[in-house]
Amino acid sequence: MTDIIDRLAGVRPGGSVDALRRHRPATRDNAQASYDALFTVIDETHASLAERAAVAQFVAALHADQVATAHYGVLTREAAGDRLADGIDRLAGAARTTGPYGDYPADGPLTRESVPGPRFAVDDEVRAALGDRLSAALEHAHLLVFRPRESSVAALARLADAGWSTDGIVTLSQLVSFLAFQLRVAAGLRLLTTEDAA
Amino acid sequence: MTEQIIDEATDAATGTPARILEHPGAAVPRAFTQAELGWLPWLEPADEATLTERQHAGLVDRSRVKSDYFRLLVRDPDILRARTLTDKDIFYNASDGLPRAERELAAAATSRFNGCIFCASVHARFATHHSKRHDDVQRLLDEGVDAAQDAAWRAVIDAAVALAATPSRLEPAHLDALRDAGFGEQAISDVIHSAAFFNWANRLMLSLGEPEDAPPLP
Repeated sequence: MTDIIDRLAGVRPGGSVDALRRHRPATRDNAQASYDALFTVIDETHASLAERAAVAQFVAALHADQVATAHYGVLTREAAGDRLADGIDRLAGAARTTGPYGDYPADGPLTRESVPGPRFAVDDEVRAALGDRLSAALEHAHLLVFRPRESSVAALARLADAGWSTDGIVTLSQLVSFLAFQLRVAAGLRLLTTEDAA
Repeated sequence: MTEQIIDEATDAATGTPARILEHPGAAVPRAFTQAELGWLPWLEPADEATLTERQHAGLVDRSRVKSDYFRLLVRDPDILRARTLTDKDIFYNASDGLPRAERELAAAATSRFNGCIFCASVHARFATHHSKRHDDVQRLLDEGVDAAQDAAWRAVIDAAVALAATPSRLEPAHLDALRDAGFGEQAISDVIHSAAFFNWANRLMLSLGEPEDAPPLP
């Protein structure tokens, strides 16, 4: 049976990449279990499916992964409708850049490795449309995707101010961070899969 | 689009907003190191006394209940459990494929590139332990991912770093360099998984708390 990474990477059943994955069944099964724990079998008390799907669609689009963006876009459409999914697409298009970048603390030797780059913020009109919670979640997702080394107490305080609970922030952080893994496994295996088909 | 497009039914605005923890006196390391570091959470870990059976299952190893990091993550036990089991298989199931030392090297290089001083300290230490190549590992920490290495380590580090970029810059040439250095297809898949996994770990460690020098013994 194919799983989500197979679908994202285009793994051919019975092919060599399929065999590589099946040689590590615990990795394969638990990558899928991670996806299910975040998107399929969930408790929506602290983070709704609509919020999870919208953030995932945004993160996939920031990684310029068209297959994954389409996948999570469908989740957003099903959970919250076309307007939100279309809005996330537009927002991600404007927010896309290349990372990692960001400043290191000014009082240390790593300052010389600081790389400047954009800090994404939702404007007032979009914030009014998305609400404070989702707007803050998207800003935090952009931070984690592109400049995780600039993470801070202040960044978490902005989520709390927008209404996110501690449990909700843990789930949101896992979701964005998990996608950083899933999308890279898919990207790496897609390269092997392309060779597999050649 | 001024009309709100996420309605209250899909907006999980319940519960008390998070309480943030600050550690103003903490000795936060400013450089990469192989020394043991502590880690201070910026959010409240779950109370050990009130953990549910599901949360104990999420911790996988009972000893993790003493860790602030894992007691914070156990607030969402199902994803923690699946993540931990993924982590263990990627790094410890090394009977074939990529050797342990190179899995740890991929983790350390990814952490160095993303800027996670805590993760880099743990996995640089493990890379040294398994390879007995302290100086090569230390050069990765001191000079960065472009510091001189032999061909096999060069290929692992380059692949890990290319994959850590957003969007990924991993190309067929990186895979060919791994093959030229003697790594088989399973080992190459293991490089991809080890490096990819640390993009997950780095973002949790960096965003939910901060490292500190000279931790008190537990």
